[in-house]
Amino acid sequence: MNAPITFHENARRVVANPVLRASFRGAMDFLMAKRAAQFPDLDAFEALRTQGEAIRQYSLARLPDLLEQLEANLTRNGIQVHWAETPKEACQIIIDITRKAGGDLVVKGKSMVSEEVELNHALEAAGIGALESDMGEYIVQLAGEKPSHIIMPAIHKTKEEIARLFAEKVPGVAYTDSVDELIQIGRRVLREKFRDTKVGLSGVNVAIAETGTLCLVENEGNGRMCTTVPEVHIAITGIEKVVEKLEHLPPLMALLTRSATGQAITTYFNWISSPRREGELDGPKEVHLVLLDNGRSQMYTDERLRATLQCIRCGACMNHCPVYTRIGGHAYGTTYPGPIGKMVSPHMLGLDATKDLVTASSLCGACGEVCPVKIPIPDILMQLRRQSQGTAGGIQLPAAGSGRRPLQSMAFKLWAGLYARPLLYRIFGFFATRLRGLTPKWQGAWTNSRAPLRPAAQTLHERMRLSTTRD
Amino acid sequence: MTAAHNSPRRYSEKPSDVYLFGTCVLDLFDPEAGVSAVQLLEREGIRVHYPQDQTCCGQPAYTSGFPDEARAVAKAQLTLFPGTWPVIVPSGSCAGMMRHHWPRLFADDLTNLPRAESIASRTFELTEFLLNVLHVEWKPSAKQKPETVVLHTSCSARREMNTHVHARALLAKFGDVEVKQQEHEAECCGFGGSFSVKHPEISAAMASDKADALEATGATTLVSADAGCLLNLNGTLEKRGSALRGQHIATYFWNKVKEGA
Repeated sequence: MNAPITFHENARRVVANPVLRASFRGAMDFLMAKRAAQFPDLDAFEALRTQGEAIRQYSLARLPDLLEQLEANLTRNGIQVHWAETPKEACQIIIDITRKAGGDLVVKGKSMVSEEVELNHALEAAGIGALESDMGEYIVQLAGEKPSHIIMPAIHKTKEEIARLFAEKVPGVAYTDSVDELIQIGRRVLREKFRDTKVGLSGVNVAIAETGTLCLVENEGNGRMCTTVPEVHIAITGIEKVVEKLEHLPPLMALLTRSATGQAITTYFNWISSPRREGELDGPKEVHLVLLDNGRSQMYTDERLRATLQCIRCGACMNHCPVYTRIGGHAYGTTYPGPIGKMVSPHMLGLDATKDLVTASSLCGACGEVCPVKIPIPDILMQLRRQSQGTAGGIQLPAAGSGRRPLQSMAFKLWAGLYARPLLYRIFGFFATRLRGLTPKWQGAWTNSRAPLRPAAQTLHERMRLSTTRD
Repeated sequence: MTAAHNSPRRYSEKPSDVYLFGTCVLDLFDPEAGVSAVQLLEREGIRVHYPQDQTCCGQPAYTSGFPDEARAVAKAQLTLFPGTWPVIVPSGSCAGMMRHHWPRLFADDLTNLPRAESIASRTFELTEFLLNVLHVEWKPSAKQKPETVVLHTSCSARREMNTHVHARALLAKFGDVEVKQQEHEAECCGFGGSFSVKHPEISAAMASDKADALEATGATTLVSADAGCLLNLNGTLEKRGSALRGQHIATYFWNKVKEGA
């Protein structure tokens, strides 16, 4: 069992910090505006995301077959496929490949799955270094932190904080808060490493089964460096990222980059179809793909939760989430924050460790409205709440019911007992309104920030009964 | 939400009778809004029936992960609205619960599913009904100075029932109402039922930002078609000593219509 995440404390701390609050709000407003500008025609967006949803659902419906087809075609292309059920297995596979290649450092492109398996820690424990080459990830690594957003890992940091961090941590760098200069500093450090490092690692955005191709989207060119310059390229991704055909790719890409960063098209698009072939002058000599489960089969098993796997990791749900906007990514204490994190983390860490996450939503639906593959996020959160309460029926996830609190269950039993009995309910209403003068001033958490609730002088029932014209 | 939820709805002719489902929040905390809804409907020549045995749509338990309790309460409503008369609900999220979630709640209960589906298909949020079925003709009042109003629509009202569109269209009918637009209008006010007490700090931060945005418009009146949001917003506004208060849109409309008549 994983230790419960200290979500409440984390959230409380951020909410009380006006600088962070303003910074998150500014960043999310910026991202929302950029995305909105890419989808000016809502009908066109709806048509495109319906297509995206259909592609993801079609792929998931055939997932076991597609994974076999993918493995066969990757193998045919000379890409070695490894299956990992747990983070530990995934890390061990990567450690073994790195050792065999004689590497002591892995230079990494951006990969949330590598964060999910905590690869950098595992490598370190095995005496292998890890260097993040995505600028945001590089910043986060220098600071000894984790990403706070799946697309923009360092979005919680101001320019000045990054400037101080570089001056402090990068040898021979003087303080500068010029963004261009900071980027050049990072670029100089990383270029050397790309050239000298034996193993490069990347994520995968989409894997195409029929052609045995790995697709990688990125903006900085570091992904291309990681996947082409070192002798060995290791890609890691979740088992859900596969689609059947090449033609399934364009709609997903059109949705991904627009939803994520408000870009019509990505700066770099990498097709990884094989290691260096005979006669070719560049490219890695070995390419490996690590396919990770880590709870994904569990998401797949329950039809009511399967849509979780439709996700293409664009991050739009967190950019539009009023909760994420208030507390930022770190407060969640999970690799994936925001609405997507609330949906996937219970499967990765257990319902017990994440019970505060599944309730941390007003179910406002902003996430579901922008989701490019139409994941019904509020519905899935409600289903996870039922799992957490042990009331889901059908398939019960491990630790189902661990979020149950006797007092809350009792309260809802009493509530149902009252509200399902009309006469009793009317008597309750009568006394609640007559005794309104006795309403307590302190009403638990409600009155922390609100005036107490006070019933009206008469219920609507009473007023309707007393008026003569109605039955 | 499925696509069907957002597809355009076909409206029938104006009926002679309707049911009012008053909601548990209005029942206890704002009965005036329920009475105003009745008056607005009666003014259009409609007979309003208010079954005395009604209680709650079951939403609090439904969204908290207690489907059995939600079903028990919702089931007690199912026999109260027989026939074909529309069921008018003066609160967007309750209307959304009945229209979209009742059929799912009773999906495995073949005895009750037809009733749930029948009511779901006849459920209208009040402003939607006034606008699209009754086509109300409200005259501008003779006031010299237009009053400024800011509209808050709840998330489920907005996303499940399009209430922001209907409420805005109705407000526009008066001619002497200037509707101010608040920053981040579509963002949640932080209520979310049990969310407001399970995550009080986050909820308070959302409510406080919303109150800031509403106050910043300088509007003299806040109106909303959702009773839950109003509890949250008015509680927050009162605690911070603001002069602004929210009023249920039915009450606001009835006062305006009465004035104009």
